[in-house]
Amino acid sequence: MIIEVFYMKYTVVAIGGFCGAISRYGLGQLIPANGHFPLGTLVINLLGCLFLGWFATFIAGRYVNPHVVLLIGTGFTGSFTTFSTFSVETIELLRDNNVIAAVSYVALSIIIGLLLAYIGTRIALSMKKEQASA
Amino acid sequence: MFLLAGIGGMFGACARFGLGALVNSKIKTISPYPIGTFIINATGSFFLGLLAKWHLEGNIGDNLWLLLGIGFCGAYTTFSTFGTETITLIDAKRFKLASIYVIASVLFGIIFAWAGLIVG
Repeated sequence: MIIEVFYMKYTVVAIGGFCGAISRYGLGQLIPANGHFPLGTLVINLLGCLFLGWFATFIAGRYVNPHVVLLIGTGFTGSFTTFSTFSVETIELLRDNNVIAAVSYVALSIIIGLLLAYIGTRIALSMKKEQASA
Repeated sequence: MFLLAGIGGMFGACARFGLGALVNSKIKTISPYPIGTFIINATGSFFLGLLAKWHLEGNIGDNLWLLLGIGFCGAYTTFSTFGTETITLIDAKRFKLASIYVIASVLFGIIFAWAGLIVG
């Protein structure tokens, strides 16, 4: 029984990871890099922050199948966004002596990423309030 | 070859899940600092730096890069979890901890990535 649960958790994480990685790759191909600026990764990470902020808040305090949470949150969104690509791309910008682009990339990713995560939580909260009062 | 990215992604996500659970089970009671994600993002950045160098110099091909770099490392590390964890810290008024987490994550991420690119 415990082993089944163990496998089930990893299975849904794997499925979410599969989809998240493919979505990231696909969207990354679609969004062209603006010169050397990693616009694709930026958009992907920002979208992911917005969504996860919303999702985590939306499910808080209510029962959602834990496997669904793992599938969508840990699996998909965790794999859709990426920190390693962000790091490597920043170094590559610095190596190209593109300090302004590197600093902008980090600043935009962090500031707008956090802002969107926060906005996501606010949207979820207002949706929950509407549901409660409906 | 979307499939390669997907397969790498499967393993990356599971590695993140497993390692995260392991680290948090040992550390979380001691500190609210999201050390699991921090370690994962730093190590993943190093590994991707390594792979990027190898791929750039032709030591690994496009397929392996897709599988391990874009697939595994991309899914192993996560920006969204980092973001929401930071917001959670800010929400809990742990402003100093949130700042440390952000600065350390970015600094260690790019330092480790740089190290990987050098070592590769």
